[in-house]
Amino acid sequence: MSENPILRLENVTMQFGGVVAVNNLSLQVNPGEIVALIGPNGAGKTTAFNCITGVYQPTNGIVEFEGKPIVVAHPEGKMKKIYAGENAALYADRHSVNPTPDTITKLGIARTFQNIRLWKSMTVFENVLTAKHMLAKQNVFSATLRLARAEDRQMAEETEALLAEQDLLKYRDDLATSLPYGLQRRLEIARALATKPKLLLLDEPAAGMNPQETQELGEFVVQIKEKYGLSILLIEHHMDFVMNFSDRIYAIDFGKLICDGTPDVVSNDQRVIDAYLGVSEDE
Amino acid sequence: MEALLPYIINGVSAGGQYALIAIGYTLVYGILRLINFAHGDVFMVAGLVMVYTTSSMPLYVSIPIVLICTVVLGFAIERVAYKPLRSAPRMSLMISAIGVSYLIQNLAFYITGGLPKPVLNPIPWVSETITILGATTKRVTLVTPVLTILLVFVLVYFIKNTKIGMGMRAASRDFETARLMGVKINTVISFTFIVGSFLAAVGSILYFTNYPSVAITSGSLPGLRAFIAAVFGGIGSIPGAVVGAFIIGLCEEMIKGLGYSTFSDAFTFALLIIVLCVKPTGLFGEKVTDKV
Amino acid sequence: MINKYSVRKESIVGIALLLILLAVMTVIDFFLPSYHIAVMVIKKASVYALVAVSMNLLNGFTGLFSLGQAGFMLLGAYTYAIFSIPVAKRAGVYQYFDGGWIQFSIPEFFSEFLGETIGLNMGIILTLILGGLVAAFFAYLIGLPVLRLKSDYLAIATLGFAEILRAFFQWPNLGPLTNGSNLLKSYPDFKSATGYVVLIGIFIAMIVLLVNSTYGRAFKAIRDDEIAAEAMGINLAKHKRLAFIISSFFAGIGGGMLAMYMGTLQALSFKSTMTYEILLVVVMGGIGSITGSVITSFMYIASMEWLLRGLDSGTFLGIHAPGVFKNGFRMAVVSLIIMVVVLFFSKGIMGDREFSVKGIVKFFDRLFGKKTPKNAGGDGNV
Repeated sequence: MSENPILRLENVTMQFGGVVAVNNLSLQVNPGEIVALIGPNGAGKTTAFNCITGVYQPTNGIVEFEGKPIVVAHPEGKMKKIYAGENAALYADRHSVNPTPDTITKLGIARTFQNIRLWKSMTVFENVLTAKHMLAKQNVFSATLRLARAEDRQMAEETEALLAEQDLLKYRDDLATSLPYGLQRRLEIARALATKPKLLLLDEPAAGMNPQETQELGEFVVQIKEKYGLSILLIEHHMDFVMNFSDRIYAIDFGKLICDGTPDVVSNDQRVIDAYLGVSEDE
Repeated sequence: MEALLPYIINGVSAGGQYALIAIGYTLVYGILRLINFAHGDVFMVAGLVMVYTTSSMPLYVSIPIVLICTVVLGFAIERVAYKPLRSAPRMSLMISAIGVSYLIQNLAFYITGGLPKPVLNPIPWVSETITILGATTKRVTLVTPVLTILLVFVLVYFIKNTKIGMGMRAASRDFETARLMGVKINTVISFTFIVGSFLAAVGSILYFTNYPSVAITSGSLPGLRAFIAAVFGGIGSIPGAVVGAFIIGLCEEMIKGLGYSTFSDAFTFALLIIVLCVKPTGLFGEKVTDKV
Repeated sequence: MINKYSVRKESIVGIALLLILLAVMTVIDFFLPSYHIAVMVIKKASVYALVAVSMNLLNGFTGLFSLGQAGFMLLGAYTYAIFSIPVAKRAGVYQYFDGGWIQFSIPEFFSEFLGETIGLNMGIILTLILGGLVAAFFAYLIGLPVLRLKSDYLAIATLGFAEILRAFFQWPNLGPLTNGSNLLKSYPDFKSATGYVVLIGIFIAMIVLLVNSTYGRAFKAIRDDEIAAEAMGINLAKHKRLAFIISSFFAGIGGGMLAMYMGTLQALSFKSTMTYEILLVVVMGGIGSITGSVITSFMYIASMEWLLRGLDSGTFLGIHAPGVFKNGFRMAVVSLIIMVVVLFFSKGIMGDREFSVKGIVKFFDRLFGKKTPKNAGGDGNV
């Protein structure tokens, strides 16, 4: 594997009370790769995303982005006693780093959500434009007094370009939530791209789509990856999507990594098949 | 210590009264996640009804009337102002509560003519002056904490051992699931308001026996203090509300005793803010997390 | 092309409307005595408009349910009064505190340099802004602990802070500054209602510009979905604090102007009831609509102070019924109307829409401009 991954998780464990949702997960995404994270429902995939993006502070482990640690954690306080994961002592002497989600986005990691989270009072255009806010250099005074017109214009132009690319320009002034489901998903991707990320995390981008839409989405994901020089980590249940479009796959079950490798390797792995289909007792 | 003794006695008594109001807040918040801003005004209305009825009727008629009126008012508020907003955002519910509080105060102003109503015929026996350990006070000061504890025990027993009490506990744990599991949620909520109002009425009778008059704003401050007591004890928890109420009642009277009357309310609010920032779940509350 | 044309048309109509408003104000100021009820209503309503809009910025646009408005108004009001009472009158006002600690007056200082008219008014405006800054500073301090709290806890904590502030301002030990629980008075006021309308118009325009800027969109993003906002790189703590400070700044200015309007100032008037009143004005106008807040402020104050007066004093709409129309009936009716709005028209009169020049232009275009053959004849008749 590559020496310089863009994202690397090392022994990440997330424990809620007594429940270990993600257990000692290590994975990496190399520049320019599309990596899929698969697993049955409740396997801890979205929790892993939340640990990367700062929504949750993991209980233990390290997340590195472009070689720099962005999240460092070890069991603290009450968790010290009830910690049920592995490698508890590994990071005990390291200073824990617990950034808020916005700092992580500013580093260059953007995401979409499993249950679409568009801003419901805003139009399609405003949804994408608002995501550009974090890149704006104007302060609240120059913004109020309209002193940064050049920047405002540039933000609006970039937004329109993103909408055009997603074929959403004709819905520009419609309420985001009035769009059909599939288009809302694309809008969420456009909104994530507006933050100019290096790494894009997609949480079930093809959920609720038919096979043709799924195929189109896959092609589109490859296309934006090339165009913006992105790396992509995605969660997906559509196996044809995962097999066709991802370079590598990590399969997890009950929070633990059970298998990783190319689509061919993973799809033939007995543990993965068992995890998805279930193993009967007498076998 | 000698000088502080009357304040301690008063503090325990005030604590008992706050506890009776605080339970109403804590029960409602536990189920609806609503700060029932109108609860303090329900308390005030009970006081007004008491003033009006005790001056013209014998005690055994007037006290039941006070209790019934207050319970009906609490029930009506829920049905009219909160039930239609069951699926609305929490902010609308809170605004509705503030609106109800505003309405009750203004209606009370209109009916009473805006002047504080003097408590002319306080309930005999409990309003008699007695002397304990050299401190002079009314008998109600001693009756209050005892009656409070008694009522709390009855309530806790009731919630633990009856079907509707079980419904209340289920609804406060998970409103939606309770509804799906066949708990008659509207009955449970109405019942919660009835219990809360009943206790507030008892609290009101005790409270205003100790005061010279009932004004239309008489309910706001005891109401807020009781709410703070509920938060302090951990909102949703009955023992929490009672303990919180006694602590706040005592602290307030002690501060008055030390000569800082101006700050007795400021202290209560400061306590609230500290609790919210350090341990928002209060003394006995449970933690709730949002799902992403 | 059409776009450019309509933008120009909009700005012409907008400027025309502003000029008409100014002309009306000048006429009112010129012909009506300053104690006339219309003048009083305009003054008070514009103050309420500013305070309501500032509350809307926080509760409506950022989704932070704060009930500290009265506290920040109190700060602005006291700052204004304390720094603008003429030195000669301080001995009288602070009679129990040896004339107080502060022995200068900002408006007086400016009128010495720049003359009675310009200097005094400039001094008044600067002192009002100082009041806003004091409120903003306190908002910064209060915001550090409380802005992390969620909806109703935030409401109750801000309410608590407002009450604490009120207690402090009544504390006798601060008497030489605040006059304790006694009145502050004799501070200068604008000579005309136009002063109120113009100044408040400018402040509200600034809030409108802010709401429509990239920061305003970030606030709305936080209101709509905090988690998505954070994931899109919007720093929650920073933006909530910003909205809280800006809202309090304008509430402080509004408080100063309310003190100016009332003529005397007492901490007791800034109770939580005042916050509730303003909140209900915001709700009736529509949470998230600035024009809604402004229109409702004017309607509310006009009905309370003027149109519905009869409900309290025996005769209303020609009906003489002193038994029903007695003291307090007006408030009871108003609060009943408020409850009806809250329960049945929860979007208020404007929802989250705005009343805009663009809308007016469109309306009149539809009425006169876009002549279809059908109604062309009708136009000829007019």
